Amino acid sequence: MNRINALFQKKKKDILSIYFTAGHPKLNQTAVIIKELEASGVDLIEVGMPFSDPVADGLVIQQSSAKALENGMTVNLLFEQLESIRKEVSIPLILMGYYNPIMQYGVERFIEKCSNIGIDGVIIPDLPLFEYKLHYKEIFDKHNIKCIFLVGPDTTDERVREIDNSSDSFIYVVSSSATTGIKTGFSDSQISYFARIAAFKLKNPILIGFGISDNSTYSKACEYANGAIIGSAFVKAVSADPNVHTSVTKFISAIKGK
Amino acid sequence: MKYQVDERGYYGNFGGAYIPELLFKNIETLKDNYLKIIESDSFQKEYKRLLQQYVGRPTPLYPAKRLSEKYNTNIFLKREDLTHTGAHKINNTIGQILIAKALGKTRIIAETGAGQHGVATATVCALMGMECVVYMGKIDVERQMPNVRKMQMLGAKVEPVISGSMTLKDATNEAIRDWINNAENTFYIIGSVVGPHPYPDMVARLQSVISEEIKVQLKELTGKDKPDYIIACVGGGSNAAGAYYHFVEDESVKLISVEAAGHGVDSGESAATTVLGKVGVIHSSKTLLMQTDDGQIIEPYSISAGLDYPGIGPFHAHLFETKRATVLNATDKEALTAAFMLTKLEGIIPALESSHALAALEKIKFQKDDVVVVSLSGRGDKDMETYLKYIDTYK
Repeated sequence: MNRINALFQKKKKDILSIYFTAGHPKLNQTAVIIKELEASGVDLIEVGMPFSDPVADGLVIQQSSAKALENGMTVNLLFEQLESIRKEVSIPLILMGYYNPIMQYGVERFIEKCSNIGIDGVIIPDLPLFEYKLHYKEIFDKHNIKCIFLVGPDTTDERVREIDNSSDSFIYVVSSSATTGIKTGFSDSQISYFARIAAFKLKNPILIGFGISDNSTYSKACEYANGAIIGSAFVKAVSADPNVHTSVTKFISAIKGK
Repeated sequence: MKYQVDERGYYGNFGGAYIPELLFKNIETLKDNYLKIIESDSFQKEYKRLLQQYVGRPTPLYPAKRLSEKYNTNIFLKREDLTHTGAHKINNTIGQILIAKALGKTRIIAETGAGQHGVATATVCALMGMECVVYMGKIDVERQMPNVRKMQMLGAKVEPVISGSMTLKDATNEAIRDWINNAENTFYIIGSVVGPHPYPDMVARLQSVISEEIKVQLKELTGKDKPDYIIACVGGGSNAAGAYYHFVEDESVKLISVEAAGHGVDSGESAATTVLGKVGVIHSSKTLLMQTDDGQIIEPYSISAGLDYPGIGPFHAHLFETKRATVLNATDKEALTAAFMLTKLEGIIPALESSHALAALEKIKFQKDDVVVVSLSGRGDKDMETYLKYIDTYK
């Protein structure tokens, strides 16, 4: 069974997913960060593939991506770094990145490679559902790689249902109409939006992301969803402290309030 | 209609809308409404009135006598340089701001490179009394200060962009980010035939007034229904799209698109996208773009700030792939030579962008009775600093 499905079967609450940009702050820390995250009790990891033009991202992830590219990160190198990752960790792993670099690598070749290495899912924020269903769903299904889609506050009920029907992993609920790392804390209208999504009783579990940076926003998100995703706040934390072990441990225990 | 956009938003293999989910509703709304709005009587009436009374249309189709003698053919210049704000850009911004109003939007954002589209947007925002924010790469802000001041005087807020290479592509990224963060009240006026569907088609339709006028004017001047050649420069490609629009389905009209070769296509400093680019996705559109093997977008180079865009509009990628258009390129030097030549022969100082189209006159063997239309997309005021730098070399 795909590790993402196995995770959600086993655990229904307080799932913590962490995003980091591969190649940032240092080029060759990808495997180390993954191992530390698993050891610190995180449930799911999103490995960001840097892109020169990340339009859905705020300043923190833009800067981490620029730094990673400057350090020399490429899709090929990332796959090299992850080649034997399955000998070291069992946590579900997701690759997250924009469509163009994946398209240049070749979508089928990319998905095959993910499957060989033991990657479980892919998030491509600028790949429309329509294009995915038309061209790529078969490829993803053949290799048992999950494609994870986002919904936002403006996503219509009908489209939320369509995304749910086309998914078989989890739904990434974007907390506000904003780029990553912009807003912190939740307003009343965000809370009622979370409640609206929760009330759908979707077949897929849901994780809330964007704007989650501390124990209070994490706990609040977990009240309305199966868990939460943290990106920018973690990226900031690992750039501030060169010691991966202490920065990860400190950050995760602060999020969990332990 | 071989060369028009299809119902999925594609020109052949190019186009589409590779947008993050957070923009989906906004783009859907625009897609569902833009044709209805553009084709409505109230829009047409107001758009045409403003083009005539405010922009100064129709712009002349000028038979360039001395230029024609030089090339031993019949050259006509479509004088977009004579519009209010000095380039074809305003045809589009007038149209888009009317569409924004029809959709109930209250805030306008735009990207700009050299500042021409920024000025054209700030101008129509002043005209309509709407809030305006223009994103401009920090490097462009510094090298195009007169346009920055114009935008500010017109009441726009100019936001210097410090991400990426701090030029046009990054300004576009930042405008898209603003749009994601303010989707409810904000309309994004894109300056070229680029971006997600329906932008390329919408902008082409708004610029199509150029070829609509050429058709009428050419008939009056020559008795002919169509030219043998239309020559236009292509960065994103909006003036070319407008100049080609009503002739594109008639394959007897030769379309010549001219890209900026910078220091030469093999020099590593160029913006000749069809030569150096590969199919990819930039600013939500599948098209030809300059990129590394790893799919990272490359910052192009041209002496002309309006042509140094790493992609081309999907319409032009389609015309290139189907060989409907012939794509040539002109180096910085060739463009400068053409600019000084036109100034000397006809007393018209062209924009550096338009000078690339003029440079192509050297590269084509015309017949004596050919009718050649060159899109003179803008005037050279904004480029005086560059021209003065080279005046001793080229005059």
